[in-house]
Amino acid sequence: MPEILSPAFVYVAGAFAALIPWRIPRAVILLAIPLVALASFVSLPYANYDLLNIFDLQLGFLRLDALSFVFALVFSLAAFLSLLFAFHLRDRLEQAASLIYAGAAIGAVFAADLLTLFIFWEGTALASVFLIWARRTEGAWYTGLRYLAIQIGSGLLLLAGLILRYHDTGSIAFEHMELDSLGTWLIFLSFGIKCAFPLLHNWLQDTYPAATLTGSVTLSAFTTKLAVYALARGFAGTESLIYIGAVMTIFPVFFAAIENNLRRVLAYSINNQIGFMVVGIGIGTPLALDGTVAHAFAHVIYKGLLFMSVGAVMYRTGTAKASELGGLWKSMPLTMAFCVVGAMSISAFPLFSGFVSKSLILSASADTGHFVVWLTLLVASVGVLEHSGIKIPYSMFFGHDRGLKVKEAPLHMLIAMGLAAALCVGIGIWPQPLYGLLPYPVDFHPYTTDHVVTQLQLLFFAALAFAMLIRYGLYPVELRSINLDFDWFYRRLLSGMMIVVADQVRTAWRGLVRSVDYRLDRLLVAVYRTHGPEGILARTSQTGAMVFWIAVLLGITLALTYL
Amino acid sequence: MPEALFHHLPVLQVVLTLVAAPLCALAGSRWAWSIATAASIIAFAITVTLFSSVLDGTVISYHIGGWAPPIGIEYRVDILNAFVLLIVSGIAVLTLIYAQKSVTAEIGSEKHGLFYAAFLLCLTGLMGVAITGDAFNVFVFLEISSLSAYALIATGADRDRRALTAAYNYLIMGTIGATFFVIGLGLLYMLTGTLNMADLAQRLFDHGDNRTLRTGFCFVLIGLTLKLAMFPLHLWLPDAYSRAPSAVTAFLSATATKVMVYVLLRFLFAIFSFSFAFEASVLRVLVLPLAMIGIVVASVVAIFQDDLKRMLAYSSIAQIGYMLLGLALVSQTGVMASIIHLFNHAITKAALFMAAGCFVLQAGTTSIRELRGIGRDMPWTMAAFVVGGLSLIGVPLTVGFISKWYLVEAFIAEGWWPVALLIVASSLLSFAYVWRVVEAAYLRDAPEGVVRKEAPLSMLVPMWTLAGMSIYFGVDSSLTSAAASRAANALIGASNLFWQ
Repeated sequence: MPEILSPAFVYVAGAFAALIPWRIPRAVILLAIPLVALASFVSLPYANYDLLNIFDLQLGFLRLDALSFVFALVFSLAAFLSLLFAFHLRDRLEQAASLIYAGAAIGAVFAADLLTLFIFWEGTALASVFLIWARRTEGAWYTGLRYLAIQIGSGLLLLAGLILRYHDTGSIAFEHMELDSLGTWLIFLSFGIKCAFPLLHNWLQDTYPAATLTGSVTLSAFTTKLAVYALARGFAGTESLIYIGAVMTIFPVFFAAIENNLRRVLAYSINNQIGFMVVGIGIGTPLALDGTVAHAFAHVIYKGLLFMSVGAVMYRTGTAKASELGGLWKSMPLTMAFCVVGAMSISAFPLFSGFVSKSLILSASADTGHFVVWLTLLVASVGVLEHSGIKIPYSMFFGHDRGLKVKEAPLHMLIAMGLAAALCVGIGIWPQPLYGLLPYPVDFHPYTTDHVVTQLQLLFFAALAFAMLIRYGLYPVELRSINLDFDWFYRRLLSGMMIVVADQVRTAWRGLVRSVDYRLDRLLVAVYRTHGPEGILARTSQTGAMVFWIAVLLGITLALTYL
Repeated sequence: MPEALFHHLPVLQVVLTLVAAPLCALAGSRWAWSIATAASIIAFAITVTLFSSVLDGTVISYHIGGWAPPIGIEYRVDILNAFVLLIVSGIAVLTLIYAQKSVTAEIGSEKHGLFYAAFLLCLTGLMGVAITGDAFNVFVFLEISSLSAYALIATGADRDRRALTAAYNYLIMGTIGATFFVIGLGLLYMLTGTLNMADLAQRLFDHGDNRTLRTGFCFVLIGLTLKLAMFPLHLWLPDAYSRAPSAVTAFLSATATKVMVYVLLRFLFAIFSFSFAFEASVLRVLVLPLAMIGIVVASVVAIFQDDLKRMLAYSSIAQIGYMLLGLALVSQTGVMASIIHLFNHAITKAALFMAAGCFVLQAGTTSIRELRGIGRDMPWTMAAFVVGGLSLIGVPLTVGFISKWYLVEAFIAEGWWPVALLIVASSLLSFAYVWRVVEAAYLRDAPEGVVRKEAPLSMLVPMWTLAGMSIYFGVDSSLTSAAASRAANALIGASNLFWQ
């Protein structure tokens, strides 16, 4: 068999194209790299390629099967779209970083063993942090450091876990695992951090809104979906994932509803969407896993599209704050249209991509008798519509006209958004090609009457609620005059309670973080006092002190041997 | 090669550089470098010949002056010390090639003859320690290498006057260490009446356990751990390494402490056999915890250092901790991990100190703050530094990973997984101190008005040879792991003889 290399290496080698000094040729060549990489594996038969023996371990860099293929395919698409969206970029550091980042993510998806996975896992962390640092502000610098610490920490957990597992089983193959040993628990935790499990999620909202406007498009595609892939590969059918996922779908809804920064709203909604996938993995039936994969596929595209539309607005207006935007539909009609397509996809309107993928997970949870979970997912779906489906387009393009006079987004952004929107609609109308790619054979028809009707009812009631809240000025971001009307008192109380609860949770969490921060600072000061350049442990010592230690150690050894 | 010459290779290994040393001093500054380099290359060639002839497990025993042991002095080459010799002489060749430009810049030209003479003497001493099979001979060569090392470190005074105090402190400490070592030997001699290592081992075993033996063991252990800079006996090391001339630091960091680790291995596993339970208890109760504390403390100190060389020196102390961890485990895999780390760390640290030397030459500083933006001005040097740094962290595909892998394996095999976790977690600390340099070099802008050129080729080539090796042996570790595994088997096997 001829030697076939992992497409990850195409990206890494391609990153050198960022050295080309002329802007347009550079951007064109960079744009070609995902396509070249895609072409290198798209027509290969499913098998294990690119094996390497390192001392007594066998590494596999290219495991091509249905699961890895779908993820690699959508990652390639995402890499292409985000590079196209960033066509105007002059910053070579960011261009090189996004290529290596995409390459590492694809490399991780193709990894046949845990060690290779670890290498690329850390690769995604190291490359992606430059998308944050590319903003070159003091704040972005520290945000990046926090992000890096968490991501590297996740990698180290993975490393520790894989070593323990190697010791237990004598194999580092990346296969299905059971949570029955410390090693697998560490690996699970490592995946959980990258997947932004509840309480491990803060890096996500901290980081994504802090990246450059093109950087957050790239970021939204890879890291968390890589974790979804890893969970699907390693821990499918682990029951605790169902409940973790259900919590993930529900808790960001409140935060997203009261958040003003639209990129942070989208970051919360990533949590929520990943939650659906995690539930699917936890259920672990073929239908559920197919749902997870399909939803991940659709999600990468519509989430990218939403980040692109917010990015385009930010590019023209310089802000992503809901309170400073509004009424842009006149000046940016195309962006508005694409954004609405993305919003309808994420809210799972029939004929859009979210509908055909999310239905799989919902059906799977209902089929397996997880009624509470199913209900939670339904409620969460309403939340999605609330904060991503309506709030995002509404606050940018409609709502209050803030009199912003801007131009339509640049052509390359429009093309990137247009392609993504076309994919969203295409998948929604003709789901069969996507279903054909899934790991298990699908015999599922999304467009049955009850699916469509349930979904539409849900959507219309959610839309109604939003309209009511807006009409009566109760929507958190839009809070202006409050119209007291007894009829709606109950509703208002409820939504008010939601806000209060969210506020309380947030305050408590901040307090906790602050106190941990404070202790950490104290600890660091103490460490610095002893270990710093002037500290007792780092000073140039007197010979007397050195001799003292010799005497002490000799004494101890003598005592030990005489005992 | 004529049979007669081949037969005498073990002694030629040492004699050649010993004779070349005074030649350097006599020839003066002009020729000293060439003589030293030529001598070290021949020494390296001899080592390679010896290494390849003992690789299959044979042991070469050479009797000095034809006097048979245990009366006469025996040179004994087996796979373990041939491996150490390979490291020492190989690093010596590379450092000498590297030294020409660096030494010219850092040391006054009138001293060059003496400098290279001292360098060769130090090399002689280190190779002698490794090759000899006679315990007292170890002491003699130890003193040769140490005395010349003090002189070498003191030559750093042309750049930094504090090198004199550093050398003086090292002299005091080194002498105490050597004295302890010789006191221990004296006690053992008193007990057995022999100094030949193999004979000593046999007679100690026949004698059985007693107090003199135990006291002798303690003195030898403390003497050696002082010389190899075990925490908290490391206090001489940061000053000595950070203030010596760059080439000296690169050489000593890669060889001096490693040879001492070798001697410790030899004494622990081949001379004091493991029927003496106190030995294992000292290793596990004292050495193991100190190694762990050393790893953490030295790494944290390294994080806060502004001086690059000092940071690397502290990192060396931490890395020595890993070697001690492996041997303190008293198992075949642990010893093997120590030996493989000995090799891996030697090449990594030498490359890193060479990069620091390039910065001294071209930027005139080793302050991390002043090295801002150096990655753009000296891309090749900085890239080599990054490779070395990755290896220190233990990133896969570098030798550092191989070391940590075997070490962690060894600890898990014994069920000591908290230590294994500490080893993995300590990578985070190394990441922090390496990262500070990377950040300054690549992400910060250079100070105003500073002009820095890339280092000359004669320095880049040896540095990249070592950096390349840290990657090559990280991918294909079959040679190093086979050598280390056989050496560990030979050592543990030797002590197994006494176990029954």
